[in-house]
Amino acid sequence: MNYTNGYRDPGIAGQLADRIRRISRRKVRLMEVCGTHTVSIFRSGIRSLLPDTVTLISGPGCPVCVTDQRDMDAFIALAGFDDVIVATFGDLMRVPGTHSSLLKERAKGSDIRIVYSPLDAITIATENPYKRVVFPGVGFETTAPTIAATLNLARDRGIHNFFVYSAHKLVPPALTALMALPEIHLDGFMLPGHVSVIIGAGAYRPFVARHSIPAVIAGFEPTDILLAIAMLVEQIESGASHLENAYSRVVSEAGNPKALALLADVFEVNHAAWRGLGVIADSGLKLRKSYEAFDAEQAFDLVIPESFDPAGCACGDILTGRKLPSGCPLFGKICTPEHPVGPCMVSTEGTCAAYYRYDNDSGAF
Amino acid sequence: MKPDKILLDHGSGGAMSHQLVIQTLLPAFDNPLLSTLHDGAVIDIGNGSRLAFSTDSFVVDPIFFPGGSIGDLAVNGTVNDLAMCGAEPAYLSVGLILEEGFPFSDFERVISDMKAAALAAGVMIVTGDTKVVPKGAADKIFINTTGLGYIQPGIDVGPSRVVSGDRIILSGTMADHGMTILSRRENLSFSGPVQSDTAALNHLVKKMLQICPDIHMLRDPTRGGVGTTLNEVAGSAAFGIQIDEAHLPVKGAVAGMCELLGLDPLYVANEGKFLAFIPSNETNAVLKILQSDPLGKDAVIIGEVVADHPGQVVMKTRIGGSRMVRMLTGEQLPRIC
Ligand code: SF4
Repeated sequence: MNYTNGYRDPGIAGQLADRIRRISRRKVRLMEVCGTHTVSIFRSGIRSLLPDTVTLISGPGCPVCVTDQRDMDAFIALAGFDDVIVATFGDLMRVPGTHSSLLKERAKGSDIRIVYSPLDAITIATENPYKRVVFPGVGFETTAPTIAATLNLARDRGIHNFFVYSAHKLVPPALTALMALPEIHLDGFMLPGHVSVIIGAGAYRPFVARHSIPAVIAGFEPTDILLAIAMLVEQIESGASHLENAYSRVVSEAGNPKALALLADVFEVNHAAWRGLGVIADSGLKLRKSYEAFDAEQAFDLVIPESFDPAGCACGDILTGRKLPSGCPLFGKICTPEHPVGPCMVSTEGTCAAYYRYDNDSGAF
Repeated sequence: MKPDKILLDHGSGGAMSHQLVIQTLLPAFDNPLLSTLHDGAVIDIGNGSRLAFSTDSFVVDPIFFPGGSIGDLAVNGTVNDLAMCGAEPAYLSVGLILEEGFPFSDFERVISDMKAAALAAGVMIVTGDTKVVPKGAADKIFINTTGLGYIQPGIDVGPSRVVSGDRIILSGTMADHGMTILSRRENLSFSGPVQSDTAALNHLVKKMLQICPDIHMLRDPTRGGVGTTLNEVAGSAAFGIQIDEAHLPVKGAVAGMCELLGLDPLYVANEGKFLAFIPSNETNAVLKILQSDPLGKDAVIIGEVVADHPGQVVMKTRIGGSRMVRMLTGEQLPRIC
């Protein structure tokens, strides 16, 4: 068996790369919004195949990275309760809060467990009836439906010791907020495939129309990404600016109605604070009143010490494409994956971590 | 920056484990044998005879898993460390730390696995020690093994012998052990038929050294996986390493699990594989010998030692691009969404 599959076909990839090199004249900056794209681009070495005219910029699509410092501090504060088990995806463990991280709290004795699905958190809650189990809800439209399904199940089963702290976020409002920032020079967007499976291509139409900017929904295999880049370059070279779907094998116009219904049942849209982008209206998901009993923010008297972003960390500028990791003075010197200063160096989908791991020209070495 | 507490990452086999060794252990115990940082020490005992000496501790959870147990690992791990020095393992010691309350039947099962593994590897367990600690002070059973082996005259396997042009052979598929343990430990519902690759490699290494005594270096990519081991080799060396993604062998079920969890098989542990650095003109003969053995049937050339980019491991990707492969930084902590 090979390491990889057909969507990594070197022949097709080579043809797409040739096509991009042939048609690209203008210097363009294309943003891949999604952290999974960032990692796939690095892991497959796509940058080394692109002409100098095409620059790929990573955007605000790493859910861990855009989680506001105050929310991180809230997760850490929750872990401090004697009767609490925090059940979390592994990628939050190392993220530095203002004063600690979940990993450090676990070393000090807090009960923090890594789970692979929010359903595992329910199992932990059932097995520990005298404890309160809290799941930090971090993620976009892709993760939120699973959390919604879990909450649904918890309610049906009458589980009273399971809670979610919802810091879920929505992608389209973030794109709008991004375009409103000063010094954003972008010529096109590569839109996240997984999110689009849920929300549908249609969800981006108002945004693309308002900003008349080329946008292509892309899958995650190297050839998917190269195809999307080729389509973006073609649009730009021909003066077009519309939404195209290069991932139509799974993304429909209307999205996944079941998942959307589940989301609407459990969550309501709310403002949310994003690292790097600030508070954005209608960009987050909070639990509806009917699920209030599961809302960690309601159930706990959280005292969160004053939160501030790590000194010197440029994650905010990096998440909005205004800086590359090499533009952060701490990158690779003080801030490394072993001693991360900001979340962008921690998460596997973080831009700084990706540059640190895979890039040899980023100037850190 | 020094952390104020030992973290799990210090034992991950990646960059932080490496730092712990370099910054704390090496300066404290400083001597020329230790500073080679090989899998074991090679001791000259006079008249041109050399012994390899190595130790390893085993704390795996769960202690029984598809393909083996902590007992197999404890024997095979030290046997393999000796074999990676080019030695023929001969004697092992065993230190057992048992938790009060550990079921006797499990204890016997582990011991019988150790017996079988020692027999298969052709080593004798000649001394040992047992301690029992109060419940909670250890997790079920911890095992340390230490081993001695002979190095035949004419064999010189070690980092200093690697030169640009050497081919790098991986003796089989990556990530089998690590993904098996992960799937059992975390009760992953979607794990396929994965199985640990724990095995003693000394017989295979011996066969290989018989036809090619000039093998330059051997390493077993355990914790930290192939990616980290290659980085340790390139480390501060005057050469670089180039590998080819298309040639990296991974079993289908393992690749699928890694993909789902966002883990890179390059950084997942192996317990029955080695990396051999071979003079290029000997490659075919070595590959043939390896592939004729069940333990080496999937052996492939994954790359070579190059004069370019000294100290760095660069991978040619499947789609024809290139990228860096760095040392594992901290245990991989997966996300599913
Ligand atoms: S290198 Fe570290 S400190 Fe700098 S922006 Fe990235 S995460 Fe923040």
